[in-house]
Amino acid sequence: MTEILSFNNVSFSYTPDQPELRKAVQNVSFSINEGEWIAIVGHNGSGKSTMVKLVSGLLFPQEGEVRVMRNVLTEENLWETRSNIGMVFQNPDNQFVGATVQDDVAFALENSGVPYKEMVERVHTSLAQVKMDKFLNHEPHHLSGGQKQRVAIAGALAMRPKLLILDEATSMLDPQGRDEVLKTVRALREEIGLTVLSITHDVEEALYADRVLFMNDGKKYAEGTPSEIFALGDKLVEFGLELPFAMRMTKLFQEKGVRLAGQHMTEQELVNDLWTSNFNK
Amino acid sequence: MMEKMIFGRFIPGNSFVHLLDPRSKLVFVFAFILVVFLANNIFTYALLLAFTLLVILMSRIRLYFLINGLKPVIILLVFTFLIHILFTREGDVLFELGFFKVYEEGLRQGVFISIRFLVLVFMTSILTLTTSPISITDGIEVLLNPLKKLKLPVHELALMMSIALRFIPTLMDETDKIMKAQMARGSDLSAGPIKERVKAVVPLLVPLFVSAFKRAEDLATAMEVRGYRGGEGRTRYRQLKWDWRDTVCMAILAVMTVLLVFYRN
Amino acid sequence: MDIKLQQVSYAYSMGTPFEKYALYDVDVTIPHGTYQAIIGHTGSGKSTILQHFNGLLKPSKGQVHIGDRVIVAGKKAKELKPIRQKVGIVFQFPEHQLFEETVLKDIMFGPMNFGVSQQEAEARARELIKLVGLPEDTLNKSPFDLSGGQMRRVAIAGVLAMDPEVIVLDEPTAGLDPRGQKEIMDMFYALHKERGLTTILVTHSMEDAARYADNIAIMHEGRSVLNGAPREIFSDAETLEKYRLELPHIVRFQRKIEKLMNQSLPKICLTEEELAAEVALALGEGRDAK
Repeated sequence: MTEILSFNNVSFSYTPDQPELRKAVQNVSFSINEGEWIAIVGHNGSGKSTMVKLVSGLLFPQEGEVRVMRNVLTEENLWETRSNIGMVFQNPDNQFVGATVQDDVAFALENSGVPYKEMVERVHTSLAQVKMDKFLNHEPHHLSGGQKQRVAIAGALAMRPKLLILDEATSMLDPQGRDEVLKTVRALREEIGLTVLSITHDVEEALYADRVLFMNDGKKYAEGTPSEIFALGDKLVEFGLELPFAMRMTKLFQEKGVRLAGQHMTEQELVNDLWTSNFNK
Repeated sequence: MMEKMIFGRFIPGNSFVHLLDPRSKLVFVFAFILVVFLANNIFTYALLLAFTLLVILMSRIRLYFLINGLKPVIILLVFTFLIHILFTREGDVLFELGFFKVYEEGLRQGVFISIRFLVLVFMTSILTLTTSPISITDGIEVLLNPLKKLKLPVHELALMMSIALRFIPTLMDETDKIMKAQMARGSDLSAGPIKERVKAVVPLLVPLFVSAFKRAEDLATAMEVRGYRGGEGRTRYRQLKWDWRDTVCMAILAVMTVLLVFYRN
Repeated sequence: MDIKLQQVSYAYSMGTPFEKYALYDVDVTIPHGTYQAIIGHTGSGKSTILQHFNGLLKPSKGQVHIGDRVIVAGKKAKELKPIRQKVGIVFQFPEHQLFEETVLKDIMFGPMNFGVSQQEAEARARELIKLVGLPEDTLNKSPFDLSGGQMRRVAIAGVLAMDPEVIVLDEPTAGLDPRGQKEIMDMFYALHKERGLTTILVTHSMEDAARYADNIAIMHEGRSVLNGAPREIFSDAETLEKYRLELPHIVRFQRKIEKLMNQSLPKICLTEEELAAEVALALGEGRDAK
């Protein structure tokens, strides 16, 4: 399995001259392999946004190393590395550079000096992949948030990145937009085996991931599958996160005396348990 | 209030003029502005009017929009006309009104200057009505490219222009939102003493500036992560194509210039 | 005071070639003291309609009654300012309206525009900063030194400081994390209950409408298409689907359970707690009956 990204004992502080203040990121280690979807969850201030900046080389760690495709990220290989990473930011408007949809998708290609004919082909292919191919000449202010984010994904895909990073990409979207974006990402994972790193506070988004990293106060509090992480239950709520719907309902049912076998993460599991524990006698 | 204002008044379409390369349009209009001053008699002014009419017809733009474009300068036009009517004292007296005498030359000059005004306004309006702002920026960028050798930051200026243009509708929407939010809190830009109204601009400008800076920061980060590091080695996605229409356009320009030179006094 | 829209139509850029209607013949009544939700997709007209509640937009056709004031299409409406004090609007991402040097001054801005004395405005600010869940020393800080969630609370305090009789909320939880969302919605509900503040929630969240509203109006492509109590509205999944709207999550789950139990619960459940209780009851009875 190819290792796409790894953090090895990475620490970063915004105030290195004041060692008494807590570091933004403290001794964090993890890795992402090809084809995986990793979600980083945590409250505001937990370090997750700093980690994203460390991945894209906007910041460099004071301790430890960040490796992309097994190479340590440095100032020298920064630009080459960036062409391997595609990023979608939180604010759909503040990353849309082009005058129209296709212009924006071409932006990163232009920056890399990709020849014209190839640019045209890649722009059309990427837009088709996110199902925005009918919007080539639309201007951004005529698009919904979800559509703008899909264009941003297309812009990232056009560079054929090894890793797609979604930095709270659904936080500012309405439920429909959020749905569109997540559907698109899931379809891309199936079609081209895209590796995804998503930073989010949306529980449903985290549930799609293969593994979840739970950040708290700059440290990696826990890492595991969504089931393992959400099993931490109340600890998550304490740290500002929500539990998945099925888990909340399970708890409420149990409080009211409904017989259930255990914790559940999906509605289907919960419904099945209701059946087996109460009807199948 | 600021609802759905069409910036630059660009009206999309498929006419001959719409399909011209922005470079030929820019060159045409620029040359036209110079060539207008060649006219100095009835025939040459009539020629100017005829060519302008030809361009208007070829652009298939509705008269409504052209008239609208004239509105801001109509006062200037009337004022200039009146100045000539009243203060030029040459030629025969055409009629008298009290102690105001209208001279033949005054009327002539008045009419000529007004025609000049009119055709200039119409021609430049046609330019902005048939060419999207981004096309104009592209045209200017390519035309100014040779100046790169003189260290003029052509690429950076063009990128600044295109990003600014892209954000104008977004910023206008935001201005509207902020204005409404402050109005909902009792702020009133349209009524009250001047001092109050000036103060009411602060709750509008501060949030706009704050958000504009945040946008700029976010955008710069996004551009950097997407590999932007200046114009070196960049390729162009938006290509300009010169075709037969553009050659025809230049030919019309040439014909017009020759006719004006030939028929002027 | 009641708010009533009678046969209201609204067109942007009226009389120009770009005239576009956003509202058609809308009839909506919001009785004094109620909690009303207005639901619709982007483009349904819900943002246009909310701007009619305090006279920011005047109808192109029809009439808007706000308490005793009537705004009639075509007739000039004077002195709309007092309406804006009575009907407060919290716009989407209200933190964007902050501008003053200190939080205190910003909160005082609204009330002072309506003639409230500096003393009184300051007192209101001190009371409200606590109500929105922020420490009192926040008042001396610059609004731009706060986090996004804190800024939002300050903006909300600024609108509440005007002491309105009606409060209109435009997607108040947009962009907040789950805990923030719950806190804000619960806070407004408490205000509604404790002070009888007429509340109008404009949202896409069926879940919030289910949990908090007495009455729901559904907007679709500029028209008001459905109007009724939540349990009524949610009993008709087919019609909702026609308008590309889904039932609230909790009701969908209830249907799944009802299918499983092969029996309907006595009522449509609007909250998770309610569903748990109803299911427990139903199973309890079922068990006893066996």
